[in-house]
Amino acid sequence: MGGYGDVQLLRDDGLRLDGRKLDESRPVSIQAGILPAADGSAMVTHGLNVAVAAVYGPMEAHPRKIQRQDRAVIDVRYNMAPFSTSDRIRPGFNRRSREISKVTAEALESVVLVERFPRSKIRVEIEILAAEAGTRCAGITAASVALADAGIPMRDMIVGVASGKIEDTVVLDLDKAEDNYGQADLPAGILPNTGEIAFLQMDGDLSPEEFDLAMEYNFKAAKEIHEIMVDALKSRYEEGDN
Amino acid sequence: MSQGRSGAEQRLVTPGMAIGPLAGMRVGSGAISQNDEIIATKLGWVRELNGTISVDPINSPYLPRSGDLVIGTVAEVRNNLWFMNINGSFQGLLPMSLAPWKVEFGQARQHMDVGDSALARVQEVDECHNVVLTMKGVGLRRLSQGAVVEVPVNHLDRIRGVDNANLDRMKNISDCRIIVGENGRVWIDGDADGISWTREALSLAKQSGHKDNFDSIMKKHEAVFNKQGDA
Repeated sequence: MGGYGDVQLLRDDGLRLDGRKLDESRPVSIQAGILPAADGSAMVTHGLNVAVAAVYGPMEAHPRKIQRQDRAVIDVRYNMAPFSTSDRIRPGFNRRSREISKVTAEALESVVLVERFPRSKIRVEIEILAAEAGTRCAGITAASVALADAGIPMRDMIVGVASGKIEDTVVLDLDKAEDNYGQADLPAGILPNTGEIAFLQMDGDLSPEEFDLAMEYNFKAAKEIHEIMVDALKSRYEEGDN
Repeated sequence: MSQGRSGAEQRLVTPGMAIGPLAGMRVGSGAISQNDEIIATKLGWVRELNGTISVDPINSPYLPRSGDLVIGTVAEVRNNLWFMNINGSFQGLLPMSLAPWKVEFGQARQHMDVGDSALARVQEVDECHNVVLTMKGVGLRRLSQGAVVEVPVNHLDRIRGVDNANLDRMKNISDCRIIVGENGRVWIDGDADGISWTREALSLAKQSGHKDNFDSIMKKHEAVFNKQGDA
């Protein structure tokens, strides 16, 4: 991030290389309930990212040492498939997937009513089938829809969104080139109904003004993606009702 | 549960959605109060009944309650108790003192072994979700024949129908004994055709239990069996 300042990421007409405006997100589509064996599941396509999430539980937490007497624990496993990028990814947990699993679990714990299920575990599996920058955001969105699909009580859903800085300009939803050659990345997990922030990370540097603008973009994108999430959940049950 | 959809309001909501003002209303299941508003916590249909707003969930895990009739499967046997899978977060514990037989210490396995199914009642659920089962009671027994089918817990009301009307009709048509456990397990016993038809009916309930036209789907399925009977 920020190490290749001479790469041109903005066109002369002010648009980005893929033709998007500065505050335009990549296309997002969401499907709920794609895995019949899981208690809840979802697939999120965000640009060229494809994330699948499956939710199992609540179930008795094992091993017992992870049990909490007053609440459930959320066990998140984020994993990128070996074929998700052009360079083959070595299968198995690594430092990055551990970090993303941890921040995702902490973000989800802030919205799931974990106190309803003492000593239990809710298992969330996030598999990234195709990656093109922003996989943690696509993963969080998919996990959130899958939790709702599983009937796990939540006070709100989380939408994963990201903004960043390229060529000293704040833009919404970085693609691969922008992520690799840009100056900053600001992924956030936003609760669209309450406007709270469930998780926030920053890579690179942003001035306070740039940070405010990036968060403004994030909130705007969260509202748009939330509508798609709601449609995905509703269409699953409203189709063919009559 | 799903029957609530026959009320005036049939709004499908998702978690976090505001479903009404808190003023003068009580908060029911599937909802919480937040900043003078009632917020849905589950994906489901809004139900407003007697001043209480609740959400009938589309999908819900089974949460055992004292008095529930459940169909359990033995998961583990100890000298003096059985651990039963009751389709919930935690296994139910059936001590030998609450079994219908006189069990000697160390002889529990002779009465019920791993994999056996039984009809039991939830005796007690504590604050940590520990479940104690009992098999002392009329009709509670080991299920040594028939088939057990799993259905979504939130569709049980629709499967039963008003005053068990749907269930009684299924029993009459299939000529099977059918017991619906509160934990989303249904025991069916009868001849092969009857069991097969009932399995299909329950499978339809799994797929279409949330739909408005569920009753007509079931009626079509009933006609299929009647035609087979005529042939």
